[in-house]
Amino acid sequence: MTAFVARRLLFAVALVFVVSSVALLLTRLAPGDVTAELGPFAAPEEIARARARLDLDRSPLEQWALWLVRAGRFDFGDSFLYGRPVRGLVADAAGNTAILAVVALAVATALGIPLGIVSGSRRGAAAAIIRSVSLVCLSLPPLLTSLLLVFVAATTRWLPAGGMTSVETLDGGWGTWLADVAIHLPLPALALALPIAATFERLQAQSIAEALQQPCVTAATARGVAPREIIVRHAWRVSLRPICGVYGIAIGALLSGSFVVEFVTAWPGLGRLMYEALRARDIYLVAGCAAMGGLVLAAGMMIGDLLLAIADPRVREQESL
Amino acid sequence: MRRAGLALVALIALVALAAPWLAPNPPDRTFSESLYAPPTRVHLFGGGVRGPFVYQQRLLSRLERRFEDDVSRPVVLRWFTGGRFVSVPDGEGPLLLLGADARGRDIFSRLVHGARPSLALALAATLAALVLGALVGGVAGYAGGLVDDLLSRLTEFVLVLPTMYVALSLRAALPLVLSAGAVFGLLAAIFTLLGWPVVARGVRAIIASERERDYVAAGHALGAGPWRMLVRHLLPSTTGYLAVQATLLLPAFILAEATLSYVGLGFPDTVPTWGTMLQEAANVSLLGQAPWMLAPAAAIFLAVLGVNLSVQGRGRAPVQLEP
Repeated sequence: MTAFVARRLLFAVALVFVVSSVALLLTRLAPGDVTAELGPFAAPEEIARARARLDLDRSPLEQWALWLVRAGRFDFGDSFLYGRPVRGLVADAAGNTAILAVVALAVATALGIPLGIVSGSRRGAAAAIIRSVSLVCLSLPPLLTSLLLVFVAATTRWLPAGGMTSVETLDGGWGTWLADVAIHLPLPALALALPIAATFERLQAQSIAEALQQPCVTAATARGVAPREIIVRHAWRVSLRPICGVYGIAIGALLSGSFVVEFVTAWPGLGRLMYEALRARDIYLVAGCAAMGGLVLAAGMMIGDLLLAIADPRVREQESL
Repeated sequence: MRRAGLALVALIALVALAAPWLAPNPPDRTFSESLYAPPTRVHLFGGGVRGPFVYQQRLLSRLERRFEDDVSRPVVLRWFTGGRFVSVPDGEGPLLLLGADARGRDIFSRLVHGARPSLALALAATLAALVLGALVGGVAGYAGGLVDDLLSRLTEFVLVLPTMYVALSLRAALPLVLSAGAVFGLLAAIFTLLGWPVVARGVRAIIASERERDYVAAGHALGAGPWRMLVRHLLPSTTGYLAVQATLLLPAFILAEATLSYVGLGFPDTVPTWGTMLQEAANVSLLGQAPWMLAPAAAIFLAVLGVNLSVQGRGRAPVQLEP
């Protein structure tokens, strides 16, 4: 167990290091820099001062080394765009993305797994309908679902079409903030969840159908175990392995998908922040976002592996957990 | 189901090929009297004329974007004239089958023209990713040992990166304003770089097991060199796998183009593609009044659905997680 965790922690550190360093150097070597945000009429001294503040007057490697030393002390520099430390900005944005991603993953699980069990273990109209709907949802990636839901929200006015909070509740207390977020959340969360739910449904249906072919299921039937009992207690357990495996990949999909959804529905998350930073070449903000992305990715993969080990004792043996 | 999917894919490919002939109007022609005009309705009967006809739209209020059909004068559609499948005589139009966008351009014409760069880019990137992936995976699986280890580690590393962010970062690191041709090459290269690892991993596994077969030993005994062995005899065994991978990569790349163009990092907005057209539909307050702006979303959906349906039950995992 400790060896596994240690290996994974080492991988996480390496991933964060490589990803953020590459992001920093790429942004530095890209044409133009963030001082363009000062506008075309900025005085040369002002531009020079801004460049000095961001270490843009040093060589790229020097800047990288400086940044690394400071990052070791958890000082990730300041964002030029926002005039605030990168750490706070990225933490806020990552929190918002986490709310979105966790709710979306929960919705996808709650929809996809039970529906998959039904469509994989039964025949008839219900299974056929579930299968067709999820085939349609598989062809509707987050870009399309979010646009579609925004369109529906804009025409029916059932839900706010974008943002995470309204201006009116800005001075309210904790309760109003929470209620406000709760109204804004369903649309982006559903947009993100639908394609993933469809994937879960298809995988679960496939793997439970396979599990029902196993000799242990035949044996249980012969012993007179009720069909419902077989599916819930035995076949489902056997079928869990591919599902747990896909959770690890789903983290990447959630990250990539949440970027699009955040962009379309104006959710103030990590994807939007990174996009703004990239466009403006706000160098430390780019590096900070990349580091956070790498961290989330490594954590997600680790959780996926742990889930796999919990569900399947064979994996536990292999990985020597 | 599979037939329907294949038919859909074939139809979209045909539309893209025949775009200049199918489009009633040039894609960048602006009709200044038709900003956000609704789709022209095609009438089949009545009006006292023969054949399908339309009514010319009159602009009632530019501010409220209200239009009215001029029912006093039906305009009969012309077929196969002036190098176009269907059109209306000059000065009696415009014929806007899917309405017009913010600058009064024909959305239907832009949609069929936009299919060309969108699909060509996805196709080029898919082919390149397959070739690169097969090569890397083939060499890793055939050589084994240290080469295999290095290439496999590299493959796994690229595989875990969230593709959308990497594509975004790579694209944003290069000059933001580029010509359409440069954007095409650049995006194809970025997509290839992100798409090859999945292919390489599978090809490596196939080649590594295939290498142990007797015919390989026989080939070696007859004096076949490693490259000849790999390219002529081993890689052909992966064609089935490569075909399945192509059906996964193609929709992903169509979407990647749409996403990047949507956020303004893809093709310049002078080039009609499905992504740049979606970007114009992004204005939420207008979407309710001009839902026909979402036509490119429908086109993307149909293309992806067609590919998904056409490979139903062909041993392809239903996982479509990366956009």
